[in-house]
Amino acid sequence: MSHVGYVLGLADDALVAAQRLGEWCSRAPEMEEDIALANIALDQLGVARMLLTYAGELEGAGRTEDDLAYLRSAHEFRNVRLVELDNGDFAVTMAKLLFLSVYQRLLYDRSIGVGDERVAAVAAKARKESAYHVDHSSRWVVRLGDGTEESNERMQAAVDLVWPYTDQLFEVDPDVHALSVAGVIVDPSTLRPAWLAAVDAVLAEATLTRPLDSDSSVVRRGEHTEALAKLLAEMQVLHRAHPGARW
Amino acid sequence: MYGNDFAPLLEQVDSAERDLQQAAGRDVAAGADLQGYFDTIVAADQKIEPRDWMPEAYRKTLIRQIAQHAHSEIIGMQPEGNWISRAPSLKRKAILLAKVQDEAGHGLYLYAAAETLGISRDELVEMLIDGRQKYSSIFNYPTLTWADVGAIGWLVDGAAIVNQVPLCRCSYGPYARAMIRVCKEESFHQRQGFEILHTLSHGTPEQKAMAQDAVDRWWYPSLAMFGPPDGDSTHSERSMAWKIKRFTNDELRQRFVDMCVQQAGILDLRIPDPDLRWDEARGQHDYTQPDYDELMRVIKGDGPCNQERMEHRRRAHSDGAWVRAAARTYAEKRAKNAV
Repeated sequence: MSHVGYVLGLADDALVAAQRLGEWCSRAPEMEEDIALANIALDQLGVARMLLTYAGELEGAGRTEDDLAYLRSAHEFRNVRLVELDNGDFAVTMAKLLFLSVYQRLLYDRSIGVGDERVAAVAAKARKESAYHVDHSSRWVVRLGDGTEESNERMQAAVDLVWPYTDQLFEVDPDVHALSVAGVIVDPSTLRPAWLAAVDAVLAEATLTRPLDSDSSVVRRGEHTEALAKLLAEMQVLHRAHPGARW
Repeated sequence: MYGNDFAPLLEQVDSAERDLQQAAGRDVAAGADLQGYFDTIVAADQKIEPRDWMPEAYRKTLIRQIAQHAHSEIIGMQPEGNWISRAPSLKRKAILLAKVQDEAGHGLYLYAAAETLGISRDELVEMLIDGRQKYSSIFNYPTLTWADVGAIGWLVDGAAIVNQVPLCRCSYGPYARAMIRVCKEESFHQRQGFEILHTLSHGTPEQKAMAQDAVDRWWYPSLAMFGPPDGDSTHSERSMAWKIKRFTNDELRQRFVDMCVQQAGILDLRIPDPDLRWDEARGQHDYTQPDYDELMRVIKGDGPCNQERMEHRRRAHSDGAWVRAAARTYAEKRAKNAV
């Protein structure tokens, strides 16, 4: 994976997560939660915009954040499958958010001193937001896991459903590894032990069981579920209907 | 920007805020004559606070009005929320998300203001869901294109500001304070709507047509937001006497029309009223009244989206029931363990 591909991966994770979280708006279980989910969506969108702009500059073909968001097809998106999965019920959304935000927090924390100064600058801003996302999703996973019988069942089912998609966050890629050895960026594959420790602690407090890891080989970034093409069809429909228009 | 600011109105918000702070410093002596004390406070343009005695009808009127306003913010998230997923640029998506999030926040402050009158948010939400309380009829119209997001910002939020700025001087303190906060944010909403329409109107021919179509559909429903004409308004007179309301429906509607005419020129969009013209003698515009029979039909539940809006809210509420139950149970367990 190239340097641009790496930056696009971070950007697309955030963009697709924002799109999914935005779907909750006016549908959340409490009004406070409508505000919280919109806030997290806005944080993710903000990171996505900065990184997409940067990816466009790195690529050097003159593409803007909107060109990259609206005019690429599903197979050109670099996000992990975890973020594109349907929202499901509130438990599924919180499982997705916990797994993603713990990963993002670790990644941003460790990216603060990297050689890629643009990534480092975005990470410095985003890590504070990520800490809040981790806090928010952890509290909900614990409340739901250790709440009623129904909520415990739903939360466990959500963790079981989403768990197999977490491997992809830690994909091993030789180019990324080389860049990380040179101190340019952080290699996500090194984050797994710290991620597991953090997630395990939340699951334990929530009285939930961590699913067994599957033996299947890791799916590479760029491979998607059916959900992404549908998500993009909706996200891009208006922009693509008016080529070249300003908004 | 573009000479569109509701600046004079917003100055009124600031001056209402200053007066409110001063009023808090003054004191009228409370005696045994409760009604007399209440009347004196209202007459002196001071604020009635939750601890004060107030006539039961005043309390009920305020609960009805503040709740309706809160419900409108919550239901109002739907028509614009409809376009978050399809916003045509990432910048617009971010602005719209922030705006709809603000509306949820306004709903929360307003429910909190209503709660000072001795009713709980849960009770109010129940009354919304079972149809005993209303929300603004404007949100029963559909958002068919992206330009509708612009038209809602320009016209619907514009009308809301014209309606709400005088409420910053309402005699009930918690409502006045909530309105000051709400109005400051609404001005940003109105401006983003104006900007969306301005960009569309100066874009491609398709975009311009989209903008004009949205203004054509939202103009009269926006005029109807000010309520029935003064002669038919059931609650107006008493609310004016209590200084909950400061201007009549027709006065506010006229003010709104006069502001919009000038802005429509800058937008290069046509207000869909062939009889709209400046009346030199009155120093105001003559305009065609909205269809008040339609307003009554929509209020009674027979608008284009009443069922959808209510169904959406009921579903969100019932889908979230297990989450709220889990949060309650978890909190109870924690409280028990802490003992």
